[in-house]
Amino acid sequence: MSGSTNTQMGAAAPQGGAYLARPKGAGRGRRVSRGQTIARYLVLVLVLGYLIVPLFASVEFATRGDFDKATKTFGRSMEAFTSILKFPNLVDSILVSLGIAVLTVGGMLLLLVPTMVWTVVRVPRMRRVVEFLCLLPLAIPAIVIVVGIGPIYRWIGQNLGAVGASPLTLSLIDIILVLPYSYRALDSSLRGIDTATLSDASRSLGAGWVRTIFEVIVPNIRGGILSASVLATALVLGEFTISSLLSYNTVQVVIFLLGHRDAYVAVAVSLAALFFAFVLLFAIARFAPGAGSRTQRAVEEPVA
Amino acid sequence: MTVSTVGVPAPSESHAAGPASSGTGSRRFKRAGNYVALVPFHAYVGLFLIFPTLIVTIGAFATGKGEFTLDNFAAVFSTKAFMSSFMVSIQLAAITAVLGAILGGLLSWAVVRGDPNGLLRQLVVAACGVLAQFGGVMLTFAFLSTIGYDGMVTLWIQNNITHARLDMSWVYSLMGLVILYTYFQIPLMLIVFLPSLDGLRQEWYDASASLGGSAWSFWRNVGGPILAPSFLGALLLLFTNAFSAYATAQALISQGCGLVTQQIACQIQSEVMIGRENVGKALALGMIVVVSAVMLLYAYIQRRASRWVK
Repeated sequence: MSGSTNTQMGAAAPQGGAYLARPKGAGRGRRVSRGQTIARYLVLVLVLGYLIVPLFASVEFATRGDFDKATKTFGRSMEAFTSILKFPNLVDSILVSLGIAVLTVGGMLLLLVPTMVWTVVRVPRMRRVVEFLCLLPLAIPAIVIVVGIGPIYRWIGQNLGAVGASPLTLSLIDIILVLPYSYRALDSSLRGIDTATLSDASRSLGAGWVRTIFEVIVPNIRGGILSASVLATALVLGEFTISSLLSYNTVQVVIFLLGHRDAYVAVAVSLAALFFAFVLLFAIARFAPGAGSRTQRAVEEPVA
Repeated sequence: MTVSTVGVPAPSESHAAGPASSGTGSRRFKRAGNYVALVPFHAYVGLFLIFPTLIVTIGAFATGKGEFTLDNFAAVFSTKAFMSSFMVSIQLAAITAVLGAILGGLLSWAVVRGDPNGLLRQLVVAACGVLAQFGGVMLTFAFLSTIGYDGMVTLWIQNNITHARLDMSWVYSLMGLVILYTYFQIPLMLIVFLPSLDGLRQEWYDASASLGGSAWSFWRNVGGPILAPSFLGALLLLFTNAFSAYATAQALISQGCGLVTQQIACQIQSEVMIGRENVGKALALGMIVVVSAVMLLYAYIQRRASRWVK
């Protein structure tokens, strides 16, 4: 999705009378027919309905109280939510998954940010290779990685003692799984700044590479780092395939097992997790510096 | 693939930077040093992605003792359950990719017509980011609380329309999987396709309109052909996404080995017979072959698509 944005619109906006004249919210075409408007609302209601109804039903399901036989309706209760804490397995698994998420985000940033900055500034010809490797996990299903990763995990389990036995080692694979999404987020952010000039300036003022990356480049791609981290967190918290087949009790695995015992609590935890991730992403879309306003984005390729 | 919320205030000029060499020291040594900095990344991806893939690939052609054999593939092709699992997975992926692409495409269009900085767009994009990423287990539970035996919609229909218990067993079959998969395909489609729709320029609408074109003729002659490669590319991505999925089906039909991913999981978890230790790897390699074929097609289409949307 390179060139996903439109400089033309952004660049033209200050002078282009057409853009200024366009009333906010009027959409694109100048003459919006009534038929189109109706079609638009119809699509919004139907498709968003498809997406929202199950979420609403989950809320309804998770808040069910006692069944009233006379009216055939349920009372409302928050018991499913309050009893989350009564399942020690569940609480443990939430902590484990959050721990994996933190390690994954940290590892992903440490691995990707210096590498990507370096390819932009010093070895542009390697950029395609790095991109290819980062997008490769899209072509190799997670379950295939599980089949092949057995030997590595056996070695880690046998030779690294307590560390090797910890479910936190899952973050090693999760870093691979989040690469495509994190790469995209960081890449569009790096394209938006003049990385080469920034680092030349920083270097000519006497800063070393480490300092240049962490004190000059990183503050300028905060938006991308934030997005990459949130996407990675969402993916880790939703990861089931690998942890279930390697028999680690992450939150998804425990929710899965719980679903057979206490469906109400399972749905309640799912909702809480979804809500948590949604608030994070929405907050970033709304409040992150420069994010959300695509007219400000750039597609200039910093590297010719 | 990113949620289109990333971005920073843009500089107005682009900078063409070659590898800026700072002049002193042995140049050849420096150039080698440039590549050394990339070693950690490559080593990591090599160890945790390439190495496992190689183990699968080599193992698919080996016996349990490590001797070369084609028996694993013979077993895959001669066992009805394996072949039908591939067929079911491919069908499911194809159907839900088409459904997801159409519905997600329509949703993207409806969102793009609105205010680019508006609340609706930001809400939808954020929600889709979460829903596309979030695992199948939770979505399955959400659907079971909607149309499962005790689901909200099921109960409502029972109480208000049929006044009799409904047979919802179809939810736990392929039909149910289609509905579930489509649910996570729509948000993915929006995330992938929205940037391409954004790339349709106002000038093109204006030009079409000023020449007397209707909305229909714009989409027929301008928008459609420009978006076709991106749409097809997104469709293929959706296909691989559904083809690789495991959690959703596992959460819905936990005893089943109906999909190829479930079949592989069954191979991993069950006691394997002597001589068939590596059949799972042959199945896994089969998956790689299918996905790679689709991805190559995707890369080719993307290259064509990037000609216009720049």
